Amino acid sequence: MTTTQIDKPASSALLSRLKPNLETLPTLAAVAIFIGMLIYGEIAYGRIMQFSTISNLLINNAYLIILAVGLTFVILTGGIDLSVGAVIAISSLVGVMLANAGWNPIVVIVLMILIGSTFGLASGVLIQYFNVQPFIATLAMMFLARGLAAILSTTPQRLEDDSPIRTLSTEWKVYDGPKINDLVTTPNVLIAAVVVIVAFFLLHRTRFGRTVYAIGGSEQSALLMGLPVVRTKLLIYVISGSLAGLAAVVYTSKLGIAQNITGVGWELDAIAAVIIGGTLLTGGAGFVLGSVIGALVLGLMNVLVTRDGGIPPEATTIITGGILLAFVLLQRVVVSRKRKT
Amino acid sequence: MAATEPIVEMENISIEFPGVKALQDVNFRLFPGEVHTLMGENGAGKSTLIKALTGVYKIDSGSIKVAGGPRRFTGTADAQSAGISTVYQEVNLCDNLTVGENVMLGHEVHGRMGINWRKTNLAAHDALVRLGLGGLDPKAPLSSISLALQQLVAISRAMVTNSKVLILDEPTSSLDANEVEGLFAVIRRLRDEGVAILFVSHFLDQVYAISDRLTVLRNGEFVGEHMTQDLSRGQLISMMIGKDVDTLNSLGSNRGRAVHAVGAPYYSATNLGRQGSIEPVDIDVHAGEVVGLAGLLGSGRTELGRLIYGADRPDSGDVTIDGVATEVHSPVAALARKIAFSTENRRDEGIIGDLTVRENLILAVQARRGWARPLSRREQNEICTKYLVELNVRPADPERAIRNLSGGNQQKVLLGRWLATNPELLILDEPTRGIDVGAKAEIQETIAALAEDGMSVVFISSELEEVVRLSERIIVLKDHRKIGEITNGPLVTAETIVDIIASEGSSE
Repeated sequence: MTTTQIDKPASSALLSRLKPNLETLPTLAAVAIFIGMLIYGEIAYGRIMQFSTISNLLINNAYLIILAVGLTFVILTGGIDLSVGAVIAISSLVGVMLANAGWNPIVVIVLMILIGSTFGLASGVLIQYFNVQPFIATLAMMFLARGLAAILSTTPQRLEDDSPIRTLSTEWKVYDGPKINDLVTTPNVLIAAVVVIVAFFLLHRTRFGRTVYAIGGSEQSALLMGLPVVRTKLLIYVISGSLAGLAAVVYTSKLGIAQNITGVGWELDAIAAVIIGGTLLTGGAGFVLGSVIGALVLGLMNVLVTRDGGIPPEATTIITGGILLAFVLLQRVVVSRKRKT
Repeated sequence: MAATEPIVEMENISIEFPGVKALQDVNFRLFPGEVHTLMGENGAGKSTLIKALTGVYKIDSGSIKVAGGPRRFTGTADAQSAGISTVYQEVNLCDNLTVGENVMLGHEVHGRMGINWRKTNLAAHDALVRLGLGGLDPKAPLSSISLALQQLVAISRAMVTNSKVLILDEPTSSLDANEVEGLFAVIRRLRDEGVAILFVSHFLDQVYAISDRLTVLRNGEFVGEHMTQDLSRGQLISMMIGKDVDTLNSLGSNRGRAVHAVGAPYYSATNLGRQGSIEPVDIDVHAGEVVGLAGLLGSGRTELGRLIYGADRPDSGDVTIDGVATEVHSPVAALARKIAFSTENRRDEGIIGDLTVRENLILAVQARRGWARPLSRREQNEICTKYLVELNVRPADPERAIRNLSGGNQQKVLLGRWLATNPELLILDEPTRGIDVGAKAEIQETIAALAEDGMSVVFISSELEEVVRLSERIIVLKDHRKIGEITNGPLVTAETIVDIIASEGSSE
């Protein structure tokens, strides 16, 4: 029984091959911009496309990559998580204080992640069972986390230099280049890499991941298709919170200082990275690898601004805003193009 | 067919919502290998019965047996895992995913590395082939295929779970004749495989074409179960609306014809058009006249209506209203000139589901008055009382959220919304789509009465019979342009229009 009763026009095969490209367009654009920035930086300032710069880019932005991965899950469902920056503050403060009090570092790290999970779970419960808008629910969690952090301490807490947690930022020389041009990595970067790979697997190779995309496409449809919408939405906020906790571990181990004002505005950086990486803010389309590129674009921009020297650091935010705007406009074009076909 | 044991047996089902008995002692049986149509007017309880079966609503009393054993489902997913799948009128798929992903969502084939996409797409292909859709590429985005195909994809999805029972809730309301044939071929194929199919439709022809058995509901009560071949259409209709056939025939009777198209038209447009939407059209509407816009889906009917109303900005054309040259470039301007437009897209552009019937009714009046001068509660109540009674909205409760009303009653409220603005020119785009015969006749009657009172009406419908019955003049559209205009008369029938549309292409 392979007879077709409803023949499709031959052109639709061609169409179908073109259309996914339309969807990947914003992500490809992010890759193009990243490469463009690398080349521009190399030509204008030199010493950009070399091991040491790339190594530092990854080492310095590992926490942002982890945050952006968490937010990718949330934004793919059409939600938002504003609490991640504040979660980093409370999680790293608690972590540093407990570590200094002599707690087992493994326990401390697990606790730091669990603090994030708890805030994520709370957001998820508010959103799912109390019907609170994600924006409001996570905003409430943001204030709560920030407030708790301020109660703990308003002065910088220094992690003792011999704390085992700091070994996460040990620099491993992978390739010994000429002079100081070495390819260096840290456990933190590897953690970020593992997070990205696991996230990619989850999103593209599991039913949980497909449900995330389905919810982003149409939550109503996902429900009627009998997909586990409630469980999935709870889980994505737990994932986002847990990854914020993990980002706190990574950041604290690198800097060795925690403070109640750590991470102010980082949720917005992470959202910007996700958007620049090509994920639609309305959900349903996007890639976790795009978010990684988005985070690296932001990181590289900071490097270039520093190298230039002529651009006031304050202008960084303006440039970020400009790039973000350009990408959102690009997405509008993609979306409206999709409507037409 | 003719299995002796029903796969679904619902007995004495009752459901009560606050203030309404939605279902009262309803019986329903479904046998494997048959198409069983659930008939009834809007609000008769068809959807409620389906939701009772799939566990979306809890039943207050009665018993549900599936394959012989008592079952109470907790929701769609639960019912699905027991082999009862539902395909809804509005396609509930995710158009950000591919065809194959939609078919297989939740049932993807796993390999050692998580989902094996090659095997998943193969399985999707198999499911599509089973419905005769082997030509569809599982990797194509869902948004690239027509609504009709999406509907079939939704059915494929239901069959992936090896459903024994397939519920099709008004699957044909947005399909054209060919697409309906395609759907029916699929339904027959599944029926012959032994699937029990519960079918809901408002189109009598389709019901007679596809179903083996009928259950009729009225006002939440069970009226009867019959084999389709034993029941004439007249009998069926009278069972549905509880009136006899003669009364029905006198409803929506032919209008006195071509009496108003004399003298100066109330509304007149020449060369009204918009690039990419519709080529310039001349259209006159006299006071008290109903002008029908006829044409196939996508012929430019709706586009012309929107241009007259200014919902889309025309880029050519001269408009005179009541002898005065004017421009209608926005809905605000249209309202000010007493033009009203009731959309075909009831759910998205018409009702505001979370607001009450009252709030939906007064919306247009309030918009015209401006928000600075809110209608008093007394004025609001007057409007509600007037139109709820006049249009026979059921339930006549102004404080009920409108999304809880049936489609036909929502449409009546929408009509009331525009009538409350006292328009001189009323544009109705598919006011009777997806609603049952009773409500349809009521709406047709209302339109006729309005024209009788001197209102000018532009009437858009995909049902040519309806256009012919109501209109004094008919403008025929095809491929986004006007291809003819006929004055209605005793010799004009739906075929006349079909001929015009059919011959127009061949004469070129």
